Amino acid sequence: MEGWTIEQLEGKDVFVIEGQVAIPNNYSAGIVGSRFLVELRDNCRIMGIRCPKCDRCYVPPKSTCMECFGQLTEFVEVGKSGTLLTFTVDHHTTPVQTASPPNVYGIIKLDGADTGLLHLIGEVDGKAVKSGMRLEAVFNEERRGSILDIKYFRPAEAG
Amino acid sequence: MANRVAIVAVAQTRYHPNREDVNEGELAYEAIAQVIGETGLDFSEDGGIGLAITSSDDYWDGRTISNNIVQAAVGAHMSDEGKVCEDGLNAIYSAYTRIVSGRQDLVIVCSHMKESQADKSMVENLTMDPMFLRPFGIDYLTASALQARCYMEKYGITSEQCAKVAVKNRGNARNNPFAQEPLAITVDDVLNSEVMADPIRLLDSKPVSDGACAMILASEERARKLTAKPIWILGVSNCYEAHYLGERDLAACDALSTAAQKAYRMADIKDPVREIQVAEICEEFSYQELLWYAGLGLCGAGEGGRLIDSGVTQMGGSLAVNPSGGMLSGVPNIVGGMSRAAEIVLQLRGEAAARQVEGPRIGLAHGYTGMCGQLQCVMVLGN
Repeated sequence: MEGWTIEQLEGKDVFVIEGQVAIPNNYSAGIVGSRFLVELRDNCRIMGIRCPKCDRCYVPPKSTCMECFGQLTEFVEVGKSGTLLTFTVDHHTTPVQTASPPNVYGIIKLDGADTGLLHLIGEVDGKAVKSGMRLEAVFNEERRGSILDIKYFRPAEAG
Repeated sequence: MANRVAIVAVAQTRYHPNREDVNEGELAYEAIAQVIGETGLDFSEDGGIGLAITSSDDYWDGRTISNNIVQAAVGAHMSDEGKVCEDGLNAIYSAYTRIVSGRQDLVIVCSHMKESQADKSMVENLTMDPMFLRPFGIDYLTASALQARCYMEKYGITSEQCAKVAVKNRGNARNNPFAQEPLAITVDDVLNSEVMADPIRLLDSKPVSDGACAMILASEERARKLTAKPIWILGVSNCYEAHYLGERDLAACDALSTAAQKAYRMADIKDPVREIQVAEICEEFSYQELLWYAGLGLCGAGEGGRLIDSGVTQMGGSLAVNPSGGMLSGVPNIVGGMSRAAEIVLQLRGEAAARQVEGPRIGLAHGYTGMCGQLQCVMVLGN
């Protein structure tokens, strides 16, 4: 095979083998995450978890406070409404999208929470979405224990 | 500090949208062969390179243990080896600690990435929390758009100011022979390009890119024998913050601020704007360069727009940022931070040719890993 160089290949006989990494995974939502999902599914309630030391309420809840490293156990129900912190009207197309673009995503600070929840925004034209607007959760009729049991957040009615 | 550590040789491939002609090992070897050739070193037990540290990503490469294909190419056969599944600046940091500790006196590092091999959105979605983020089918572009709006609205940063970054960096890339996408574009070109995820447009974003970067790090004793122009690592630090976007202040970059302050303290830098003459920073999207300016202490919070307007960070300004063209001109993820450090080494050696900044003594390299810069790494280098 003397002189079999990349230059001589000229790109003609370069083999590209198609494949994919496809490994089914079973992720545990954990003790805290499971409680959150059960409350969403069964009661349409959005649960946060409070760190008594830092007086900080995380939504979604987590097991460990990132500020003080303490274990968190104190669940609190937060509001189904909140304030939009930031958003994007997303136009690009990808293979992982769950719906055809444009999709509107936002981070919503629910009443009583100290962190923002990332979710979809619906029932509103992208051009009318503004940071600071009030939004409320719309739940799916059929719920299965998923963050998508909340269908999306829509503009809240005044008052 | 007992041991000083120098970078004694650097090399990069030319960055390219699709290097389907080579596999990852062959791509890495293009850069590795240059630094081996330049120093004349080998991997012998008697005075050779004792350790190879690479950075790459399993999901991008489509194989768990992404470093196994580069084993021979990086000289790791029957040798000490390590892999950092993070931005390449962290691989340099890891090599640095091995030399500072006295365990090694010569380490070769290499970052390699073929973004063209996988779908960017799928890989990025898989980095996300499977309960609360992944089900939305989002990628880093969507996440970055949320960060961009948060930052821009809080501080009144305009789309024009972001576009200036894209114009500056792609323009600078015209002086860089390794650059993938040197472009003479205008602010209007950026503002008229397709909206990807509002407020981020196509020309605010970096293209898909393949490439590799390699360097050799040495203890002071070995460095002085290997080169007349060793470039010293004066300070380095990294810092990690929350994964979940709603737990962060997206208009700030607290992890970067912390990493930068620690690196500056180590390098005895008190006033980075006056003491640093050239910076190479990772910006997958144009707004990030403005946000990172403040995180790096080059301006106050929210003053990134004013800094780009002032011209200080242009070529010819007192603190040129990304003379190479940065990542916006086409550098792969993972390779980003190592290639930034390689560019700073060339600048401090006076070997940056057409993109050379005049007589720099102190340079700054930055790299990040993860959604909206979750892990930040900062390195201060001097000649």
